[in-house]
Amino acid sequence: MNLTTDYLGLALRNPLVASASPLSQTVDGVRRLADAGVGAVVLYSLFEEQVRREAEQNSRLVDAGADSYPEALSYFPDVAEEEPGPRRYLSLLERAVAAVDVPVIASLNGITAGGWVDYARAMEAAGAAALELNVYYLPGDAHVSGRDVEQRYVDVLARVKNTVTVPVAVKLSPYFSSTAEMALRLDESGADGLVLFNRFLQPDIDAETLAVDSSVTLSTPAESRLPRTWIALLSGRVRASLAATTGVESSADVVKYLLVGADVVMTASALLRHGPGYASVLLDGLSDWMRRKEYASVADMRGKLAVPVGTDESAHERGSYVSALQRANSAAYGPW
Amino acid sequence: MTRATIDGNEAAASVAYRLNEVCCIYPITPSSTMAELADQWASSGRANVWGTVPTVVEMQSEGGAAGALHGALQGGALSTSFTSSQGLLLMIPNMYKIAGELTVAVLHVAARALATQGLSIFGDHSDVMAVRQTGFALLASASVQEAHDLALVAQAATLATRVPFVHFFDGFRTSHELNTIEMLSDDDLRALVPEDLVRAHRGRALSPERPFIRGTAQNPDVFFQARETVNPFYARVPGIVEDAMAQLGERTGRRMHIVDYSGHPEAERVIVAMGSGGETVRETVAWLTARGERVGVLQVRLYRPFPAHALVEAMPASVRRIAVLDRTKEPGSFGEPLFLDVLAALVEACEDDDERVMPKVSGGRYGLSSKEFTPGMVAGVFDELARERPRRRFTVGIVDDVSGTSLDYEAALDIEPSDTVRAVFFGLGADGTVGANKNTIKILGAEEDLHAQAYFVYDSKKSGSQTVSHLRFGPRRIQAPYLVQHASFVGCHKFSLLEQVDVLGRAAKGATLLLNCRHPADQVWDALPRVVQEQIVAKSINVYAIDADRIARDVGLAGRTNIVLQTCFFAISGVLPRELAIARIKEAITKTYGRRGTEVVEKNQAAVDRALAGMHRIEVPERVSSTRELLPLVPAGAPHFVRTVTAEMMAGRGDSLPVSALPVDGTYPTGTAAYEKRNISELVAVWDADQCIQCGNCSFVCPHSVIRSKHYDPAQLQDAPEGFRSAGLTAPGLPDSRYTLQVYVEDCTGCGLCVEACPVSAPGEPVHKAINLGPREPLLALERENVTFFETLPRSDRSRVDFGTVRGTQFLEPLFEFSGACTGCGETPYVKLLSQLFGDRLMVANATGCSSIYGGNLPTTPWTTDADGRGPAWSNSLFEDNAEFGLGFRLAADGHTALARRRVEELRDVLGADLVDAILDAPQLRESELHAQRDRVAELTRRLERLDGAPAVDDLLSVVEHLVRRSVWIVGGDGWAYDIGAGGLDHVLASGRNVNVLVLDTEVYSNTGGQASKSTPLGAVAKFASAGKTTQKKDIALQAIAYGNVYVARVAMGADPQQTLSAFREAEAYDGPSLVLAYSHCIAHGIDMRNGLDQQYRAVASGYWPLIRFDPLLRAAGGNPFLLDSPRPRISLADYTRRELRYRSLENTDPAEAERLHALAEQAVAQRWEVYENMATQAAHRFPPDARKDH
Repeated sequence: MNLTTDYLGLALRNPLVASASPLSQTVDGVRRLADAGVGAVVLYSLFEEQVRREAEQNSRLVDAGADSYPEALSYFPDVAEEEPGPRRYLSLLERAVAAVDVPVIASLNGITAGGWVDYARAMEAAGAAALELNVYYLPGDAHVSGRDVEQRYVDVLARVKNTVTVPVAVKLSPYFSSTAEMALRLDESGADGLVLFNRFLQPDIDAETLAVDSSVTLSTPAESRLPRTWIALLSGRVRASLAATTGVESSADVVKYLLVGADVVMTASALLRHGPGYASVLLDGLSDWMRRKEYASVADMRGKLAVPVGTDESAHERGSYVSALQRANSAAYGPW
Repeated sequence: MTRATIDGNEAAASVAYRLNEVCCIYPITPSSTMAELADQWASSGRANVWGTVPTVVEMQSEGGAAGALHGALQGGALSTSFTSSQGLLLMIPNMYKIAGELTVAVLHVAARALATQGLSIFGDHSDVMAVRQTGFALLASASVQEAHDLALVAQAATLATRVPFVHFFDGFRTSHELNTIEMLSDDDLRALVPEDLVRAHRGRALSPERPFIRGTAQNPDVFFQARETVNPFYARVPGIVEDAMAQLGERTGRRMHIVDYSGHPEAERVIVAMGSGGETVRETVAWLTARGERVGVLQVRLYRPFPAHALVEAMPASVRRIAVLDRTKEPGSFGEPLFLDVLAALVEACEDDDERVMPKVSGGRYGLSSKEFTPGMVAGVFDELARERPRRRFTVGIVDDVSGTSLDYEAALDIEPSDTVRAVFFGLGADGTVGANKNTIKILGAEEDLHAQAYFVYDSKKSGSQTVSHLRFGPRRIQAPYLVQHASFVGCHKFSLLEQVDVLGRAAKGATLLLNCRHPADQVWDALPRVVQEQIVAKSINVYAIDADRIARDVGLAGRTNIVLQTCFFAISGVLPRELAIARIKEAITKTYGRRGTEVVEKNQAAVDRALAGMHRIEVPERVSSTRELLPLVPAGAPHFVRTVTAEMMAGRGDSLPVSALPVDGTYPTGTAAYEKRNISELVAVWDADQCIQCGNCSFVCPHSVIRSKHYDPAQLQDAPEGFRSAGLTAPGLPDSRYTLQVYVEDCTGCGLCVEACPVSAPGEPVHKAINLGPREPLLALERENVTFFETLPRSDRSRVDFGTVRGTQFLEPLFEFSGACTGCGETPYVKLLSQLFGDRLMVANATGCSSIYGGNLPTTPWTTDADGRGPAWSNSLFEDNAEFGLGFRLAADGHTALARRRVEELRDVLGADLVDAILDAPQLRESELHAQRDRVAELTRRLERLDGAPAVDDLLSVVEHLVRRSVWIVGGDGWAYDIGAGGLDHVLASGRNVNVLVLDTEVYSNTGGQASKSTPLGAVAKFASAGKTTQKKDIALQAIAYGNVYVARVAMGADPQQTLSAFREAEAYDGPSLVLAYSHCIAHGIDMRNGLDQQYRAVASGYWPLIRFDPLLRAAGGNPFLLDSPRPRISLADYTRRELRYRSLENTDPAEAERLHALAEQAVAQRWEVYENMATQAAHRFPPDARKDH
């Protein structure tokens, strides 16, 4: 059974990739993921904003109480003033790369032009096999145009591509007026891969405590329909690798993503729910399915259910929608 | 030659570190910085001049450091230590040994006062004078440059002579003064420290390859002779030190001698002095001789072995009058040591040389505990010498109206060159004034042709403290080791300081005042108090104003006004061209804050740009227009002592208090903090009577005792001021009573712990609680009135208060209030609780540390009394002996209780058998029982007083108070309990005596700035553990449990206040030793102090700090004495540690190590939990029994 696949120009032993999650916050965690058999690991995201905020907070804490009382003109050794963040991340990256024999991809979320470039350069230097740009950007300002939002993605990509030589993937949002066009633009701007999609962690509110509940919910298989649809449409239409993420719970979900044309399938939720070792369950399930369906390699099955190049994509989508509506209308509901 | 602007500690440590292989360290003010630097340099891999990184080891005490030093020296390593004061005293036994064995070593000492009638952290020579007999040579540095240079000379000389050296300089004045110095290169160091001498030192080391025995016990036959063998070695010391100084002079151009004379070549009057005071004398002498005075100064640098010959040689033959100044006091002596030595040397010289005329020699004391020593005082001493009969003994710098020793002097004498710019800055500790000034000095010191000096004066409070920065700069080396007196620039960084201290007292005529105030420019003049306007007009002061707080807030640096004001200073003072100054400030910002991230740098740079536009020159009218007088510091009704003495200290006029104003034996009245209304926080706690459920949590956790509760009859409200709030009492049993929770807003520090502890949210408003923070200003007048009225309401009857619940304890009056502890302190709520529960019969032995400082630092102290005048009796002996000190309290109390009981028994017939039996058999556990016993003892006293004064009656009267059970508490931090006092604590716990120990565990030496102790947890970063602590925190609970008869509890108020309360009460009730370990969140943990209670909760919830109680009485009753009070860990350890900078910072500096240590810490938590859980399920007989009789 040949599970190997190519992602961002990297040869992976299989198409299952551990996506950015708390599991990759320690070397041990990364090692456990690799031991469980994943084809690559995306480290948790380095958030520039968080790094800056933490730096500022540390600075405030170091200053608190300093130079006030003659016996204690400071409360921390000088080392406490070190800028946090990049160093911790880069050290993890370096050690993770050394610890495992699968590619380790660094994930970056910047907020400033300088931040994207500096951190990307540092990640490459620390041994990242590739970078994943996590452009988590929620345009809360009602006056920002859609085109401006799109341009932001393109600019960030261009900046990083100009800085590093390792492959660069962009993790994008599904919320563009024309998602496919956006994907093509990024493809044309040099993206080596597109990761579909970033899940916006929409906060909930608690009606009892009248507080915002910003806790994270893990994704469910139902959410995989959106990325699957777009991958099916983009498959064969972009040069960039396609990574599917969101809603992987069982090996069936992995299979489905590959069938619509994903080069790799990423999961965090399933691994968080069941532990890193669950990767082997997913991979075994994939192999079993392939054996059952008599596919000798992932390449053979990939894209079997993608929208064939040359079809009218809009007609295809509309057709799917109409048939979905028809089914919904004729389904049996109740009894209530 | 490299120039640097550094302090004396760094100057000395820089040389010491580079010339040693082993540093045995322990923190003590003001020397701690030297040890901290050594530790930091070692952990960053900096090598000494021989290419090896010195080993830096923190010990459990200075005694331990000296022992390790002795051992390392015997092992042949070049070794040193850094210390001060009591620390040096603890080294004395080893110093005799090290010297007796002719061992090469240098101890670097920031000289400091010794604790006598009170402790002082400040500088004088009491400590170094107490080791002059040990056989160590003593070498005194008078300046920051000398602290650098003589550190090398000492090392060179000890190697050449084999006589060990103490190299000392004045604590604070030199150790903490920043001055521009020329640094010695490694080549300079190598040149003076020949390697063959280093190898010779190694060659004398103990070695099994060529064994010998050293440290024998000697008998009367040879001991004496052996003692005399060393004489030639000591005889060589002065010459060799002189040679080393000469060699240094050749390399650097800085020439010194073991005794240096300067002044008129035919001087008639000479002062002999040592240390920084000598610099002041020398500068004054230069000024006086330029004006024709025939005066001079002899600066003594080598004090032991005493260089009598050099001293006599250096003294001009023309001298007829000498004053020898000592910076120490030896009560009962014929004179202080330097004076006696000089006198003896001169007498001998005159005996040996008939030609020589014996001058009149006077001995004077000056400068104790960093008392200022100024040119005016020097001139005063010379004036005294000019009198026909100068006083034989005198003091200078104080007013001694008791013994008449003090000299008069002209305080305003100004000898400084006009091209020295002098500036003073008044600020608050929290606003960054000192930090900005340190930057300023470094900026200016780095300019070619400029020299800079800075010295900072801090107050004794840890919250809301004031700072005064004294800066000088000019084209010459600045040798003025005294505060700025005639400033051309005065910065007042907090407007309200104008009303509290004499900000313009140090302003010269024509000076510039920069005010930070929120008033618009055209209203600034009118906002000034009358006395300030008067000074401005009289001294023709130019006034500038800026709203630095607003600018700081705007750029995102709320509260940190330092950069804004520093920029204004440069712009106004013109010390550098403006453009250059701005560029330099920005460079300094990048340098200082660069490591903290770009955000921090950008904000500070924005502050610079905004500052210049926001500054305004204020038009000064010709006349004073304000009628606003300063408010009195203490109320008119305050006790006499508070009005006449305490208030003077509070106003910064303590220097003017005469000797007669002060107690003779260090005994001070308690309860004085209540008179100092500091108003340090703009935000204060505000009670919402409608929401409050009266649980008492806020009052329980309030670190400053500013939240008080009372319940009372509604009729009491008749005279209440309008706006006095109350609510119906919710507690059962008193249905018609009213309840008031009163906030003492003037004392509130705005820490917000009360808000965090409040369990109530108002319906519909989740962030609004039953207690909230609100602006103080609009509440001030009203709440002042409310507090006054509240105090007239009756206190709850203690015998009717429910001591068993947190809700109940809010009605117990705290007898520890308004301390100067840090805002949101994690220790003081426990201390306050002690005072509430047992205050009227409480004796506290307090180890030196934070709790002794906020508990006992003048001018005002927080321990106070109840309405009957009873309250905690508090004392601090030392750092190391606190357990023993407290045990002494118990022994005295037990002895006197036994005596009282015996006398009562003897007088049974005359006193009445009923009363006697009732007294002797009284149970005294519950408050009601104690109350009844107090009544009986009062009755007994009345009856005794009616009896004729038979000896037994008088004897009983003198101890009758001991018939009420005393509560002895031994209180201290982890530095004491885990390290320096561990042996004593262990012994006292093993004594079986009824003492209670409260360990306020902050897991570092908080008072000296966060050095690691054996309580510091694995993986945390602290000073002396900057690479992360790699050993487990010691479990002293288990150690104590092993004795079987010790009550032990581990508590965390923020996690379970009820368990804390139970533990305190059980510990106190237990008739035997008790140990309570209290988690105390601390500023040194790197947390927002408002989250302190939450962190306590997390410490417990993660299993890091399991709550336990071990009660031997349960075992005696057949039960399991070990109670595990907290549930199994339910959050991850990281969820606790990630919120504290002490853990987080290692993740930044060494992420791999942080990960490793964190994993080990997780294992340790799990392992300990398992051990505890096992213990909690064992049968009684598996625990050791209480072997004491009758228990």
